Amino acid sequence: MSSIGTGYDLSVTTFSPDGRVFQIEYAAKAVDNSGTVVGIKCKDGIVIGVEKLIASKMMLSGSNRRIHSVHRHAGMGVAGLAADGRQIVARAKSEAHNYESTYGEPIPIKELADRVASYVHLCTLYWWLRPFGSGVILGGYDRDGPQLYMVEPSGVSYRYFGAAIGKGRQAAKTEIEKLKLSELTCRQGVIEVAKIIYGVHDEAKDKTFELEMSWVCDESNRQHQKVPEALLEEAQAAAKAALEEMDAD
Amino acid sequence: MVSSQNESNLLSSEGDSQRTQYPYVTGTSVIGIKYKDGILMAADMGGSYGSTIRYKSVERLKQVGKHSLIGASGEISDFQEILRYLDELILHDNMWDDGNSLGPKEVHNYLTRVMYNRRNKFDPLWNSLVLGGVKNGQKYLGSVSMIGVHFEDDHVATGFGNHLARPILREEWREDLTFEEGVKLLEKCMRNLLYRDRSAVNKMQIAKITEEGLTISEPYSLKTFWNFAAFKNPTVGAEGSW
Repeated sequence: MSSIGTGYDLSVTTFSPDGRVFQIEYAAKAVDNSGTVVGIKCKDGIVIGVEKLIASKMMLSGSNRRIHSVHRHAGMGVAGLAADGRQIVARAKSEAHNYESTYGEPIPIKELADRVASYVHLCTLYWWLRPFGSGVILGGYDRDGPQLYMVEPSGVSYRYFGAAIGKGRQAAKTEIEKLKLSELTCRQGVIEVAKIIYGVHDEAKDKTFELEMSWVCDESNRQHQKVPEALLEEAQAAAKAALEEMDAD
Repeated sequence: MVSSQNESNLLSSEGDSQRTQYPYVTGTSVIGIKYKDGILMAADMGGSYGSTIRYKSVERLKQVGKHSLIGASGEISDFQEILRYLDELILHDNMWDDGNSLGPKEVHNYLTRVMYNRRNKFDPLWNSLVLGGVKNGQKYLGSVSMIGVHFEDDHVATGFGNHLARPILREEWREDLTFEEGVKLLEKCMRNLLYRDRSAVNKMQIAKITEEGLTISEPYSLKTFWNFAAFKNPTVGAEGSW
Protein backbone atom coordinates (compact mmCIF):
# COMPACT_ATOMS: atom_id res chain seq x y z
CA MET A 1 0.00 0.00 0.00
CA SER A 2 2.90 2.36 0.52
CA SER A 3 4.12 4.37 -2.41
CA ILE A 4 6.33 7.40 -2.83
CA GLY A 5 4.25 10.52 -2.89
CA THR A 6 6.72 12.63 -4.87
CA GLY A 7 5.38 16.12 -4.95
CA TYR A 8 1.98 15.33 -3.44
CA ASP A 9 3.31 14.67 0.01
CA LEU A 10 4.72 18.04 0.97
CA SER A 11 1.62 19.44 2.63
CA VAL A 12 -1.32 18.06 4.51
CA THR A 13 -3.60 20.19 2.34
CA THR A 14 -2.62 18.40 -0.87
CA PHE A 15 -4.42 15.40 -2.32
CA SER A 16 -2.59 13.00 -4.56
CA PRO A 17 -4.12 12.05 -7.93
CA ASP A 18 -5.38 8.79 -6.43
CA GLY A 19 -7.16 10.61 -3.61
CA ARG A 20 -4.72 10.12 -0.76
CA VAL A 21 -3.33 12.63 1.69
CA PHE A 22 0.22 11.41 2.14
CA GLN A 23 1.10 13.52 5.15
CA ILE A 24 -1.62 11.78 7.16
CA GLU A 25 -0.34 8.40 6.05
CA TYR A 26 3.18 9.37 7.08
CA ALA A 27 1.81 10.45 10.46
CA ALA A 28 0.29 7.00 10.84
CA LYS A 29 3.76 5.50 10.25
CA ALA A 30 4.95 7.23 13.42
CA VAL A 31 2.28 5.29 15.30
CA ASP A 32 3.14 2.04 13.55
CA ASN A 33 6.75 2.27 14.66
CA SER A 34 6.00 2.72 18.34
CA GLY A 35 5.49 0.14 21.07
CA THR A 36 2.27 -1.86 20.93
CA VAL A 37 -0.84 -0.62 22.72
CA VAL A 38 -3.64 -3.12 23.26
CA GLY A 39 -7.18 -2.53 24.50
CA ILE A 40 -9.96 -5.03 25.11
CA LYS A 41 -13.55 -4.79 26.26
CA CYS A 42 -14.40 -7.49 28.78
CA LYS A 43 -17.86 -8.16 30.09
CA ASP A 44 -17.42 -5.94 33.14
CA GLY A 45 -14.96 -3.31 31.92
CA ILE A 46 -11.99 -2.30 29.78
CA VAL A 47 -8.33 -3.29 30.03
CA ILE A 48 -5.56 -1.29 28.32
CA GLY A 49 -1.98 -2.54 28.10
CA VAL A 50 1.16 -0.92 26.69
CA GLU A 51 4.48 -2.38 25.60
CA LYS A 52 6.63 0.49 26.82
CA LEU A 53 9.97 0.16 25.02
CA ILE A 54 12.71 1.39 27.31
CA ALA A 55 15.19 3.59 25.47
CA SER A 56 17.80 3.71 28.19
CA LYS A 57 18.73 1.80 31.34
CA MET A 58 18.95 5.13 33.13
CA MET A 59 15.20 5.59 33.07
CA LEU A 60 13.34 5.03 36.28
CA SER A 61 10.74 2.28 36.13
CA GLY A 62 7.23 3.65 36.27
CA SER A 63 8.14 6.91 34.57
CA ASN A 64 7.14 7.95 31.05
CA ARG A 65 3.54 6.87 31.60
CA ARG A 66 1.85 5.89 28.36
CA ILE A 67 -1.60 5.41 29.84
CA HIS A 68 -3.32 8.48 31.20
CA SER A 69 -6.56 9.03 33.08
CA VAL A 70 -8.79 11.44 31.24
CA HIS A 71 -11.49 11.66 33.90
CA ARG A 72 -12.61 9.51 36.79
CA HIS A 73 -14.27 7.01 34.48
CA ALA A 74 -12.06 7.03 31.38
CA GLY A 75 -8.46 6.68 30.31
CA MET A 76 -6.37 6.45 27.18
CA GLY A 77 -3.26 4.57 26.10
CA VAL A 78 -1.05 6.50 23.69
CA ALA A 79 1.14 5.24 20.84
CA GLY A 80 3.45 7.23 18.59
CA LEU A 81 5.12 10.54 19.38
CA ALA A 82 4.88 10.95 23.13
CA ALA A 83 4.69 14.72 23.08
CA ASP A 84 1.86 14.68 20.54
CA GLY A 85 0.10 12.14 22.69
CA ARG A 86 0.35 14.43 25.69
CA GLN A 87 -1.50 17.13 23.76
CA ILE A 88 -4.30 14.75 22.84
CA VAL A 89 -4.63 13.67 26.47
CA ALA A 90 -4.68 17.28 27.65
CA ARG A 91 -7.43 18.09 25.17
CA ALA A 92 -9.43 15.03 26.20
CA LYS A 93 -9.16 16.02 29.89
CA SER A 94 -10.34 19.49 29.04
CA GLU A 95 -13.30 18.22 26.99
CA ALA A 96 -14.31 15.80 29.73
CA HIS A 97 -14.14 18.50 32.36
CA ASN A 98 -16.12 20.99 30.30
CA TYR A 99 -18.84 18.46 29.58
CA GLU A 100 -19.29 17.63 33.24
CA SER A 101 -19.24 21.31 34.16
CA THR A 102 -21.99 22.07 31.67
CA TYR A 103 -24.21 18.99 31.86
CA GLY A 104 -23.58 17.76 35.38
CA GLU A 105 -22.79 14.17 34.41
CA PRO A 106 -19.57 12.41 33.42
CA ILE A 107 -18.95 12.64 29.68
CA PRO A 108 -20.33 9.66 27.77
CA ILE A 109 -17.44 7.77 26.17
CA LYS A 110 -19.00 8.07 22.74
CA GLU A 111 -19.07 11.85 23.10
CA LEU A 112 -15.50 11.95 24.36
CA ALA A 113 -14.23 9.83 21.47
CA ASP A 114 -16.11 12.10 19.09
CA ARG A 115 -14.53 15.23 20.49
CA VAL A 116 -11.01 13.78 20.55
CA ALA A 117 -11.40 12.56 16.99
CA SER A 118 -12.65 15.97 15.88
CA TYR A 119 -9.66 17.62 17.46
CA VAL A 120 -7.19 15.22 15.87
CA HIS A 121 -8.92 15.70 12.53
CA LEU A 122 -8.78 19.47 12.93
CA CYS A 123 -5.02 19.31 12.85
CA THR A 124 -5.13 17.69 9.41
CA LEU A 125 -7.00 20.55 7.78
CA TYR A 126 -4.50 23.40 7.77
CA TRP A 127 -1.14 23.71 6.09
CA TRP A 128 0.28 25.54 9.08
CA LEU A 129 -0.53 22.68 11.46
CA ARG A 130 0.89 19.22 11.26
CA PRO A 131 -1.13 16.08 11.99
CA PHE A 132 -0.67 14.40 15.35
CA GLY A 133 1.94 11.67 15.18
CA SER A 134 0.09 9.55 17.70
CA GLY A 135 -2.96 7.34 17.98
CA VAL A 136 -4.89 6.60 21.14
CA ILE A 137 -6.94 3.76 22.51
CA LEU A 138 -9.65 5.26 24.69
CA GLY A 139 -11.53 3.17 27.21
CA GLY A 140 -14.19 4.16 29.68
CA TYR A 141 -17.27 3.18 31.63
CA ASP A 142 -20.43 5.27 31.44
CA ARG A 143 -24.08 4.49 32.00
CA ASP A 144 -24.20 2.48 28.79
CA GLY A 145 -21.52 0.19 30.15
CA PRO A 146 -17.85 -0.19 29.24
CA GLN A 147 -16.78 1.06 25.81
CA LEU A 148 -13.54 1.02 23.82
CA TYR A 149 -12.64 3.45 21.05
CA MET A 150 -9.58 4.02 18.93
CA VAL A 151 -8.59 7.35 17.38
CA GLU A 152 -6.03 7.44 14.56
CA PRO A 153 -3.91 10.38 13.37
CA SER A 154 -6.28 10.87 10.46
CA GLY A 155 -9.06 11.65 12.90
CA VAL A 156 -11.13 8.52 12.33
CA SER A 157 -12.53 6.87 15.37
CA TYR A 158 -14.31 3.56 15.69
CA ARG A 159 -15.72 1.62 18.57
CA TYR A 160 -14.11 -1.76 19.19
CA PHE A 161 -14.30 -4.97 21.17
CA GLY A 162 -10.56 -5.23 20.94
CA ALA A 163 -7.99 -2.93 19.37
CA ALA A 164 -4.24 -2.73 18.92
CA ILE A 165 -1.87 -0.11 17.52
CA GLY A 166 1.88 0.09 17.17
CA LYS A 167 4.55 -2.36 16.09
CA GLY A 168 2.93 -5.63 17.08
CA ARG A 169 -0.62 -4.76 16.16
CA GLN A 170 -1.13 -7.45 13.50
CA ALA A 171 -0.01 -10.23 15.81
CA ALA A 172 -1.90 -8.68 18.72
CA LYS A 173 -5.14 -8.45 16.76
CA THR A 174 -4.85 -12.12 15.82
CA GLU A 175 -4.46 -13.02 19.49
CA ILE A 176 -7.35 -10.81 20.55
CA GLU A 177 -9.63 -12.45 18.02
CA LYS A 178 -8.94 -15.78 19.67
CA LEU A 179 -10.30 -14.54 23.00
CA LYS A 180 -13.95 -14.95 24.01
CA LEU A 181 -14.25 -11.39 25.26
CA SER A 182 -17.88 -11.55 26.24
CA GLU A 183 -17.06 -14.23 28.80
CA LEU A 184 -13.92 -12.69 30.26
CA THR A 185 -13.93 -10.64 33.41
CA CYS A 186 -11.40 -7.82 33.67
CA ARG A 187 -9.35 -9.84 36.12
CA GLN A 188 -8.93 -12.51 33.49
CA GLY A 189 -8.58 -9.86 30.79
CA VAL A 190 -5.55 -8.36 32.51
CA ILE A 191 -3.77 -11.73 32.34
CA GLU A 192 -4.67 -12.15 28.67
CA VAL A 193 -3.48 -8.66 27.70
CA ALA A 194 -0.18 -9.27 29.48
CA LYS A 195 0.25 -12.52 27.57
CA ILE A 196 -0.48 -10.78 24.28
CA ILE A 197 2.00 -8.01 24.91
CA TYR A 198 4.75 -10.35 25.99
CA GLY A 199 3.87 -12.46 22.97
CA VAL A 200 4.17 -9.71 20.37
CA HIS A 201 7.33 -8.20 21.82
CA ASP A 202 10.18 -8.87 19.47
CA GLU A 203 13.19 -9.79 21.64
CA ALA A 204 15.59 -9.67 18.73
CA LYS A 205 14.68 -6.33 17.26
CA ASP A 206 13.77 -4.33 20.31
CA LYS A 207 15.33 -3.59 23.65
CA THR A 208 13.70 -4.46 26.91
CA PHE A 209 10.26 -3.21 27.65
CA GLU A 210 8.12 -2.36 30.64
CA LEU A 211 4.53 -3.50 30.84
CA GLU A 212 2.05 -0.80 31.78
CA MET A 213 -1.59 -1.68 32.31
CA SER A 214 -4.74 0.01 33.44
CA TRP A 215 -8.37 -0.89 33.77
CA VAL A 216 -11.80 0.56 34.37
CA CYS A 217 -14.28 -2.00 35.57
CA ASP A 218 -16.78 -2.95 38.25
CA GLU A 219 -13.95 -4.11 40.46
CA SER A 220 -12.22 -0.73 40.30
CA ASN A 221 -15.51 0.94 41.12
CA ARG A 222 -15.81 2.14 37.53
CA GLN A 223 -12.78 4.37 38.08
CA HIS A 224 -9.89 4.35 35.65
CA GLN A 225 -6.72 3.40 37.47
CA LYS A 226 -3.49 1.45 37.16
CA VAL A 227 -3.97 -2.28 37.56
CA PRO A 228 -3.14 -3.11 41.22
CA GLU A 229 0.46 -4.24 41.86
CA ALA A 230 -0.45 -7.75 42.91
CA LEU A 231 -2.57 -8.46 39.85
CA LEU A 232 0.04 -6.89 37.57
CA GLU A 233 2.72 -9.18 38.94
CA GLU A 234 0.44 -12.18 38.58
CA ALA A 235 -0.21 -11.22 34.97
CA GLN A 236 3.49 -10.78 34.21
CA ALA A 237 4.31 -14.15 35.74
CA ALA A 238 1.55 -15.84 33.72
CA ALA A 239 2.74 -14.12 30.55
CA LYS A 240 6.33 -15.17 31.05
CA ALA A 241 5.24 -18.73 31.78
CA ALA A 242 3.15 -18.81 28.60
CA LEU A 243 6.17 -17.60 26.61
CA GLU A 244 8.35 -20.35 28.00
CA GLU A 245 5.75 -22.90 27.10
CA MET A 246 5.76 -21.65 23.56
CA ASP A 247 9.55 -21.70 23.41
CA ALA A 248 9.64 -25.24 24.75
CA ASP A 249 7.66 -26.50 21.74
CA MET B 1 -24.65 69.32 33.63
CA VAL B 2 -22.14 66.62 34.07
CA SER B 3 -23.56 63.26 34.91
CA SER B 4 -22.22 62.12 38.23
CA GLN B 5 -22.99 58.53 37.51
CA ASN B 6 -19.77 57.62 35.75
CA GLU B 7 -17.49 55.68 38.00
CA SER B 8 -13.83 56.49 37.85
CA ASN B 9 -12.33 54.04 35.36
CA LEU B 10 -9.63 53.17 37.81
CA LEU B 11 -12.08 51.48 40.14
CA SER B 12 -14.55 49.90 37.77
CA SER B 13 -13.80 47.05 35.46
CA GLU B 14 -15.93 45.06 33.04
CA GLY B 15 -16.65 42.71 35.90
CA ASP B 16 -18.46 45.48 37.74
CA SER B 17 -21.86 43.93 37.35
CA GLN B 18 -20.57 40.74 38.93
CA ARG B 19 -19.18 42.09 42.18
CA THR B 20 -20.52 40.50 45.30
CA GLN B 21 -21.88 43.26 47.48
CA TYR B 22 -23.90 41.24 49.97
CA PRO B 23 -24.80 37.61 50.55
CA TYR B 24 -28.30 36.21 49.96
CA VAL B 25 -28.61 32.71 51.41
CA THR B 26 -26.26 32.23 54.30
CA GLY B 27 -25.14 29.52 56.69
CA THR B 28 -24.13 30.36 60.21
CA SER B 29 -21.26 29.15 62.42
CA VAL B 30 -19.01 26.15 61.84
CA ILE B 31 -16.90 24.82 64.71
CA GLY B 32 -13.88 22.56 64.35
CA ILE B 33 -11.68 20.92 66.98
CA LYS B 34 -8.72 18.57 66.98
CA TYR B 35 -9.14 15.49 69.13
CA LYS B 36 -7.14 12.37 69.88
CA ASP B 37 -7.69 10.54 66.58
CA GLY B 38 -8.29 13.44 64.20
CA ILE B 39 -10.65 16.32 63.61
CA LEU B 40 -14.26 16.88 64.62
CA MET B 41 -16.41 19.50 62.95
CA ALA B 42 -19.96 20.63 63.61
CA ALA B 43 -22.36 22.81 61.69
CA ASP B 44 -26.11 23.18 61.62
CA MET B 45 -28.13 22.68 58.46
CA GLY B 46 -29.72 26.08 58.14
CA GLY B 47 -29.70 28.38 55.14
CA SER B 48 -31.08 31.79 56.05
CA TYR B 49 -32.48 34.24 53.55
CA GLY B 50 -31.89 37.39 55.53
CA SER B 51 -33.94 37.00 58.69
CA THR B 52 -36.01 34.14 57.28
CA ILE B 53 -34.78 30.65 57.98
CA ARG B 54 -35.48 29.50 54.45
CA TYR B 55 -33.66 26.17 54.03
CA LYS B 56 -33.30 23.63 56.78
CA SER B 57 -31.37 20.82 55.13
CA VAL B 58 -28.27 22.50 53.79
CA GLU B 59 -25.19 20.31 54.11
CA ARG B 60 -22.40 22.64 55.10
CA LEU B 61 -19.81 19.94 55.83
CA LYS B 62 -18.28 18.19 52.83
CA GLN B 63 -15.48 15.76 52.05
CA VAL B 64 -12.49 16.96 50.02
CA GLY B 65 -10.39 14.16 48.55
CA LYS B 66 -9.10 11.39 50.77
CA HIS B 67 -7.78 13.38 53.69
CA SER B 68 -9.80 16.54 54.21
CA LEU B 69 -13.09 17.94 55.36
CA ILE B 70 -14.44 21.42 54.65
CA GLY B 71 -17.12 23.35 56.52
CA ALA B 72 -18.46 26.67 55.30
CA SER B 73 -20.49 29.55 56.61
CA GLY B 74 -21.68 32.52 54.60
CA GLU B 75 -23.16 32.58 51.11
CA ILE B 76 -24.23 29.05 50.15
CA SER B 77 -23.95 29.54 46.40
CA ASP B 78 -20.34 30.69 46.81
CA PHE B 79 -19.71 27.57 48.87
CA GLN B 80 -21.08 25.48 46.02
CA GLU B 81 -18.67 27.27 43.69
CA ILE B 82 -15.78 26.55 46.04
CA LEU B 83 -16.80 22.88 46.06
CA ARG B 84 -16.57 22.89 42.26
CA TYR B 85 -13.05 24.35 42.40
CA LEU B 86 -12.07 21.72 44.96
CA ASP B 87 -13.64 18.96 42.90
CA GLU B 88 -11.53 19.97 39.91
CA LEU B 89 -8.44 20.18 42.10
CA ILE B 90 -8.97 16.69 43.53
CA LEU B 91 -9.84 15.24 40.12
CA HIS B 92 -6.58 16.45 38.60
CA ASP B 93 -4.71 15.23 41.65
CA ASN B 94 -6.28 11.77 41.28
CA MET B 95 -5.63 11.57 37.57
CA TRP B 96 -1.88 11.45 38.17
CA ASP B 97 -2.57 8.02 39.67
CA ASP B 98 0.84 8.06 41.35
CA GLY B 99 0.00 7.15 44.92
CA ASN B 100 0.20 10.77 46.10
CA SER B 101 -2.74 12.87 47.19
CA LEU B 102 -3.35 16.42 48.40
CA GLY B 103 -3.44 16.72 52.19
CA PRO B 104 -5.40 19.18 54.34
CA LYS B 105 -2.46 21.61 54.56
CA GLU B 106 -2.27 21.85 50.77
CA VAL B 107 -6.01 22.26 50.37
CA HIS B 108 -6.04 24.94 53.06
CA ASN B 109 -3.31 26.83 51.28
CA TYR B 110 -5.14 26.53 47.97
CA LEU B 111 -8.34 27.92 49.49
CA THR B 112 -6.42 30.80 51.03
CA ARG B 113 -5.03 31.72 47.61
CA VAL B 114 -8.47 31.54 46.02
CA MET B 115 -10.13 33.69 48.69
CA TYR B 116 -7.36 36.26 48.81
CA ASN B 117 -7.21 36.69 45.05
CA ARG B 118 -10.96 37.20 44.85
CA ARG B 119 -10.72 39.77 47.64
CA ASN B 120 -8.09 41.66 45.66
CA LYS B 121 -10.51 41.92 42.76
CA PHE B 122 -13.21 43.35 45.04
CA ASP B 123 -15.34 40.33 44.26
CA PRO B 124 -15.03 38.03 47.27
CA LEU B 125 -16.51 34.62 47.76
CA TRP B 126 -18.63 35.49 50.77
CA ASN B 127 -17.63 32.58 52.99
CA SER B 128 -15.68 31.70 56.09
CA LEU B 129 -14.26 28.22 55.70
CA VAL B 130 -12.99 25.63 58.14
CA LEU B 131 -10.65 23.04 56.69
CA GLY B 132 -9.53 20.02 58.69
CA GLY B 133 -7.99 16.63 58.04
CA VAL B 134 -5.43 13.96 58.83
CA LYS B 135 -2.62 12.79 56.60
CA ASN B 136 0.16 10.39 57.55
CA GLY B 137 -0.83 10.70 61.19
CA GLN B 138 -0.58 14.47 61.17
CA LYS B 139 -3.74 16.31 62.21
CA TYR B 140 -4.43 19.68 60.62
CA LEU B 141 -7.12 22.26 61.31
CA GLY B 142 -7.34 25.71 59.80
CA SER B 143 -9.73 28.42 58.71
CA VAL B 144 -9.92 30.98 55.90
CA SER B 145 -12.09 34.07 55.88
CA MET B 146 -13.61 35.85 52.89
CA ILE B 147 -10.77 38.34 52.78
CA GLY B 148 -8.12 35.65 52.82
CA VAL B 149 -7.14 35.79 56.49
CA HIS B 150 -6.09 32.28 57.43
CA PHE B 151 -5.31 30.55 60.72
CA GLU B 152 -4.20 27.18 61.85
CA ASP B 153 -5.15 26.17 65.37
CA ASP B 154 -6.33 23.39 67.69
CA HIS B 155 -9.88 24.75 67.57
CA VAL B 156 -11.43 27.17 65.09
CA ALA B 157 -14.87 28.60 64.45
CA THR B 158 -16.56 30.97 62.04
CA GLY B 159 -18.96 33.83 62.60
CA PHE B 160 -20.80 33.77 65.90
CA GLY B 161 -18.88 30.66 66.82
CA ASN B 162 -15.85 32.86 67.37
CA HIS B 163 -17.69 34.79 70.08
CA LEU B 164 -19.80 32.09 71.67
CA ALA B 165 -17.98 28.80 71.09
CA ARG B 166 -14.27 29.63 71.22
CA PRO B 167 -14.37 30.88 74.85
CA ILE B 168 -15.85 27.51 75.86
CA LEU B 169 -13.19 25.73 73.81
CA ARG B 170 -10.40 27.80 75.31
CA GLU B 171 -11.48 26.63 78.74
CA GLU B 172 -12.38 23.02 78.06
CA TRP B 173 -10.40 21.81 75.01
CA ARG B 174 -7.63 19.31 75.65
CA GLU B 175 -5.12 17.61 73.42
CA ASP B 176 -6.31 14.08 74.22
CA LEU B 177 -10.09 14.37 73.93
CA THR B 178 -11.76 11.10 73.07
CA PHE B 179 -14.39 10.99 70.37
CA GLU B 180 -17.26 10.99 72.89
CA GLU B 181 -15.74 13.88 74.84
CA GLY B 182 -15.18 15.82 71.64
CA VAL B 183 -18.76 15.37 70.53
CA LYS B 184 -20.05 16.44 73.94
CA LEU B 185 -17.87 19.54 73.81
CA LEU B 186 -19.07 20.43 70.32
CA GLU B 187 -22.68 19.85 71.32
CA LYS B 188 -22.20 22.17 74.27
CA CYS B 189 -20.94 24.88 71.92
CA MET B 190 -23.70 24.24 69.38
CA ARG B 191 -26.37 24.40 72.09
CA ASN B 192 -25.02 27.74 73.20
CA LEU B 193 -25.17 28.96 69.62
CA LEU B 194 -28.68 27.62 69.26
CA TYR B 195 -29.84 29.69 72.23
CA ARG B 196 -28.07 32.86 71.28
CA ASP B 197 -27.57 32.98 67.46
CA ARG B 198 -30.79 33.96 65.71
CA SER B 199 -29.79 32.23 62.48
CA ALA B 200 -29.07 28.89 64.11
CA VAL B 201 -31.45 26.00 63.52
CA ASN B 202 -31.87 22.93 65.68
CA LYS B 203 -30.71 20.38 63.09
CA MET B 204 -27.04 19.71 62.88
CA GLN B 205 -24.39 17.34 61.67
CA ILE B 206 -21.09 16.38 63.21
CA ALA B 207 -18.27 15.17 60.97
CA LYS B 208 -15.29 13.14 62.02
CA ILE B 209 -12.12 12.66 60.02
CA THR B 210 -9.30 10.35 61.05
CA GLU B 211 -6.49 8.52 59.30
CA GLU B 212 -8.99 5.76 58.47
CA GLY B 213 -11.50 8.00 56.76
CA LEU B 214 -14.35 10.40 57.06
CA THR B 215 -17.89 10.12 58.38
CA ILE B 216 -20.55 12.78 58.42
CA SER B 217 -23.32 11.97 60.85
CA GLU B 218 -26.99 11.87 60.00
CA PRO B 219 -28.77 15.12 60.93
CA TYR B 220 -29.99 15.28 64.50
CA SER B 221 -31.35 17.79 67.01
CA LEU B 222 -30.13 18.95 70.38
CA LYS B 223 -32.28 18.91 73.48
CA THR B 224 -32.92 22.39 74.81
CA PHE B 225 -34.17 23.67 78.13
CA TRP B 226 -36.57 26.57 78.34
CA ASN B 227 -38.11 25.96 81.78
CA PHE B 228 -36.71 29.08 83.36
CA ALA B 229 -38.66 30.97 86.02
CA ALA B 230 -38.30 34.23 84.15
CA PHE B 231 -40.01 32.69 81.10
CA LYS B 232 -43.00 31.45 83.10
CA ASN B 233 -44.60 34.77 83.84
CA PRO B 234 -42.85 37.21 81.56
CA THR B 235 -45.22 40.14 82.04
CA VAL B 236 -45.07 40.22 85.83
CA GLY B 237 -42.92 43.31 85.92
CA ALA B 238 -44.41 45.11 82.94
CA GLU B 239 -48.17 45.34 83.01
CA GLY B 240 -49.73 45.35 79.55
CA SER B 241 -46.80 43.87 77.68
CA TRP B 242 -46.83 40.42 76.11
